[in-house]
Amino acid sequence: MSSPPVKPRRRLSLSSREAIWAYIFLLVPLGFFLFFRLWPAVQSLKLSFFSWHVDPEARNFVGLQYYRAMWAEFQARGDIYKALRNMLYYFVLVVFGQVSLGLVAALLLNSVERFRSIFRAIFFAPYVTPAAAVAWVWGWMYSVNFGIFNRLLSDWSDWVTGIGLPWLAIDPQPFLTSPAQALVAVSVVIVWQQLGFQVVIFLAGLQGIPRQFHEAAAIDGANGWQRFWKVTFPLLNPVLVFSLVISTIATLQIFDQVVNINFTDQGGPLGSTLTLALYMYQQAFEKFQIGYAAAVTVLLFAIIMVITLLQLKLTQREVEY
Amino acid sequence: MLDLGRKRFRPGRLFIYLALALGSVVMAFPFVWMLLSSFKSLREIFRFNFWPQVWSLANYQEVLLNTQFPRWFGNSLIVAGISTVSVLFFCSLVGYTLTKLRFPGRNFIFLLILSTLMIPTEMLVIPWYVMATEYGWVNTFWGIAFPGLIPAFGVFLMRQFFQSLPRDLFDAGRVDGVSEFGLYWRVGLPLVGPGLAALAIFNFVGNWNAFLWPLIVAKSASMRTIPVGVALFSGEAGTAWNLIMASAALAVIPVLIVFFIFQRQIIEGVVLTGVKG
Repeated sequence: MSSPPVKPRRRLSLSSREAIWAYIFLLVPLGFFLFFRLWPAVQSLKLSFFSWHVDPEARNFVGLQYYRAMWAEFQARGDIYKALRNMLYYFVLVVFGQVSLGLVAALLLNSVERFRSIFRAIFFAPYVTPAAAVAWVWGWMYSVNFGIFNRLLSDWSDWVTGIGLPWLAIDPQPFLTSPAQALVAVSVVIVWQQLGFQVVIFLAGLQGIPRQFHEAAAIDGANGWQRFWKVTFPLLNPVLVFSLVISTIATLQIFDQVVNINFTDQGGPLGSTLTLALYMYQQAFEKFQIGYAAAVTVLLFAIIMVITLLQLKLTQREVEY
Repeated sequence: MLDLGRKRFRPGRLFIYLALALGSVVMAFPFVWMLLSSFKSLREIFRFNFWPQVWSLANYQEVLLNTQFPRWFGNSLIVAGISTVSVLFFCSLVGYTLTKLRFPGRNFIFLLILSTLMIPTEMLVIPWYVMATEYGWVNTFWGIAFPGLIPAFGVFLMRQFFQSLPRDLFDAGRVDGVSEFGLYWRVGLPLVGPGLAALAIFNFVGNWNAFLWPLIVAKSASMRTIPVGVALFSGEAGTAWNLIMASAALAVIPVLIVFFIFQRQIIEGVVLTGVKG
């Protein structure tokens, strides 16, 4: 009270003191993000335009050479063509599989009270386990001669033949050894592992929808099916977009499962399970085509960026409830 | 089936529980089969009995004594330990700074950190490897751990937690003469305990399961982490499925135990980053 003119000056110095501390706190983390995230990303972009040499001075600018090689490989239906084609199949099977099954499981869970958290925990458990290890377990279950799936199929066939219905018998399946089935088999493993994540996200989304909306619709005479499509589904839209984007980006990066489910034949019979990430790994760390592999990762980055920007555009339409 | 409001409809409810139980069996079966098989002898494994006739620990003995599994286990713990200390400290510090301190460029810095989430690991591993060979980080704990020391996702998570704390609290501390670091350390941190717990568990699980980068940077057998060790061991074991199942169980069981102890925090963390993001 005795010295009002001092106040503004003190506030000013306080706020600049605050800013200085903020920059001190951010110094190491920002250095980390610049040095270990942004700079390497720029480096990858750079490597994709230069011939590879351990000594940076000896790397020569080659322009679009690797990108042209990628295009040629694509046109010749080589491995990158297979990898990109497979990404499309994985997208359809894995993303739609896990989003639709996850939504169904969440709706079921949301409609019961008892044991809900136990069921949720069981569904979520595979998500936290190492993909490399569970891929081995599945790889064995898929084994043509020693796997449980074919064993169950033959038991089933014996049984239906025994009761006089031999036309119900199913032959043993080749699973991972068949170019036609391998990708589907791997997709099942990935859906199994990722499903719990979707369930948790959708369940939270469902619980965020106020009860009155359903009650109002019920009073208006809407049945369960109508209430789902007219009330739940539109209100769940932001969650749905989020889960689609997250699972699409994760699908683009599939690596662990494909490498480990069939160790002797990485990428599956005739490259039928090859993914973009595995292709990059083979090029960079088995064939040492560093520049070319870097160009592949730039392509992957471009795809992810387009999807992320698409998400931002889609979620800009805010949903109020 | 999707009747959310009514509770009288008994048969539908029973059907839902049946569907959920069936789903749970499908979800749990690979783990159950892995565990049961890990106790069987090779001969018994090909007989497809559900329960082992003789519960034998021989497979575990073989994996633990004749491979470097204990070493890989230790490596995984060390890497997860190094990164967890760093992640907890730095992610919370950045989360605190971005929400509770006012300074020019705050939003820009947050967006900058957030934008790194768009960069796929695949795009970074080649430069990381070049960097690691240049600085002699190949086959070192630091080499395995450095990419995960400050994850953008962790910053995002901690920012969410700090956002809910009132700024007045820190202004009051300032008036009382608490230092700026003290405000973060003694006022802020104790209030975001649940966030730190969730982050620590996430980070542990993420490090325990990480495969691509450890596969690249851990060249020698003695520096492998569990997933890489198990994967390469399984590749050599051929059709000794009993041994492969035992080693898979050793990789899977610890993280499942962690999950079932902390499942509430883990699931809440997923919800927090997912839905409210």
